[in-house]
Amino acid sequence: MPTTNLTYREAVRACIIEEMDADQNVFVMGEDIGRYQGTFRVTQGLFDKYGPKRIIDTPIVEPGFTGIAIGAAMTGLRPIVEMMTMSFSILALDQIINHAAKIHYMTGGQAKVPLVVRGPGGAANQLSAQHSHSMEGWYAHTPGLKVVAPATAEDAYGMLRTAIHDDNPVIFTENPGLYGVKSDIELGTGFSVPFGKCRVAREGKDVSLIAYSRMVSVCEKAAEELEANGISCEVIDVRSLLPLDTETIFASVAKTNRAVVVYEDWKSGSFGAEIAARIGEECFDDLDAPVGRVGGLNVPMPYSRVLELQCIPNENDVIAAVQKLG
Amino acid sequence: MASPAKMKPNQESPANLELFYRQMVQIRAFETRCNTVYRTGKAGGYLHVYIGMEATAVGWLNSLKLGWDYVITAYRDHAQPMLMGSDPVKLMAEIMGRKDGYSQGKGGSMHLYDIEKGFFGGWGIVGGHTPLGAGLAFGSKYKGEDRVTLNFLGDGAANAGVFFETLNMAALWDLPCIFIIENNEFAMGTRLEYHAADTELAKRGIPFGIKSERLDGMDVLQVRQDAKRIIDWVRKNQKPYLVEIMNYRFSGHGAADNDRQLYRTKEEEEEAQLRDPIARMEKYLLKNNVMTEEKMEAIREEYEEWADDVLEKADASPHPDPSEVYDNVYSDMEPEKGH
Repeated sequence: MPTTNLTYREAVRACIIEEMDADQNVFVMGEDIGRYQGTFRVTQGLFDKYGPKRIIDTPIVEPGFTGIAIGAAMTGLRPIVEMMTMSFSILALDQIINHAAKIHYMTGGQAKVPLVVRGPGGAANQLSAQHSHSMEGWYAHTPGLKVVAPATAEDAYGMLRTAIHDDNPVIFTENPGLYGVKSDIELGTGFSVPFGKCRVAREGKDVSLIAYSRMVSVCEKAAEELEANGISCEVIDVRSLLPLDTETIFASVAKTNRAVVVYEDWKSGSFGAEIAARIGEECFDDLDAPVGRVGGLNVPMPYSRVLELQCIPNENDVIAAVQKLG
Repeated sequence: MASPAKMKPNQESPANLELFYRQMVQIRAFETRCNTVYRTGKAGGYLHVYIGMEATAVGWLNSLKLGWDYVITAYRDHAQPMLMGSDPVKLMAEIMGRKDGYSQGKGGSMHLYDIEKGFFGGWGIVGGHTPLGAGLAFGSKYKGEDRVTLNFLGDGAANAGVFFETLNMAALWDLPCIFIIENNEFAMGTRLEYHAADTELAKRGIPFGIKSERLDGMDVLQVRQDAKRIIDWVRKNQKPYLVEIMNYRFSGHGAADNDRQLYRTKEEEEEAQLRDPIARMEKYLLKNNVMTEEKMEAIREEYEEWADDVLEKADASPHPDPSEVYDNVYSDMEPEKGH
């Protein structure tokens, strides 16, 4: 099959189209996703193609429409809910955490919730304090949810398929800084990427850089610069937070004996902290240095571009953290 | 707001009259055992009984296509599945947290489900289940089915933001969902006039263009007539409907509520007892020569024995095995294990 060079945004859209064509029970709902074509244009063209029954513009009420999607999922439909930004999903936390995530358990396995909640998570460009938050750590804290954060267009395409086919609620977070990155993708083959498997984005032997979503490319840049200074970095793209592939992470640490976890979310109490804790618990004998962490600054995201860039980890922050390990 | 329908001459068959009476007596006997179970420590947590409100569920659920239509409610959820054909022993076992319960002891009193029969719970966040109910109606409408969803909620939930959001979308998308606000006059221990700026809760549907009525919930025959009329309308028109059902819970908010006099007087409770739906039905049955006092007494005794039997069978069910704690977190994998 020939490959097509698609952006992350196009890859997500291509997967939605293939899955909607394959299964009438798949539909999309969210704010401004239809007639307006989606704030980040991920759903562009879908309203014209499928009409208002399957591409549903909602009122701006995240708890209400998320709850309706959960109820619909319990009847066997497979809703894809777009959050205009994952920051807005905070309004729907009760529906996602206190309802969707617990339904299979509370019903003793009687009900399933094949729901995907997807949308941009993390900082874009000066969207300031209420539109820039990374929510994946909040969700990955919650049993009953699956949480993924693909870093490449190909993984976005393949993991969204897995998410749509999954009978459990899946949080699918797309860093807005990634919408333009491209991959060569084989369309129409049913290509999928399983959850719970890390991707080794770059092999190395001196230090493991462990990241997900947009921070993977930050780590890759840092790795290139460090390589020039004689430090060989392995970059692990976690891509699936829940379930988490600790096997690949621990194997990498066993090989390099050093680890730095890199994430855009607030540094304290985040999922990156969880990964660091796991390495500390399980890989103590393999480690030649304490586990390093590079996270977002513990402040609400400021508006000023200067301050915003200060908050988001970059390759220099990663390089400094690696050098600090000694 | 449409005015409440006038009581029409009763059109129920003698068999139905007996059925409704039996069901109300059965629910009360079951709920009385639940209170016992709680007091004797065989159920924990929170447990909310339906005593005093039986006519509402009996009238509405007998008017559904059972096995086809959907029902969802909050945490006062024992009566609805019983009326939908769920196994009372499995319900009681769940209330007692046992292995043979519908959720193998994972749900408890507040989270009963019998999905196969169309009973979708059983929810503990006030107002939180109301969009789920609209979602059930969304699902059936999307598939082109003619199911109706009954979406029960309490007067306390009628103030929840997510409920207003849900009403808007139900009207916007013509969802075949009947919102049934059971106004038992108290949101836990807070009286209606202290929690609702407008105590006529049926008005909640009006801003959204939803047909809305305030109806009596203590006369099972009246409830039944209203329910049939509204369910038929919703099935035919595939649009939402909202009703405020005036009823009263004789018991406390939950089995742990031993302080009813903090929010209502004994005199008020005694007055409310005069509206008891079971006593009212008994008067009707006697007056119309449908049933003798002896027959009614025999029925009451029958269900006392039945309830004892249900309790005994449920109590024979084992507790879940500790190894089951990880089951059903996901449909296809286990969560991470250990402390």
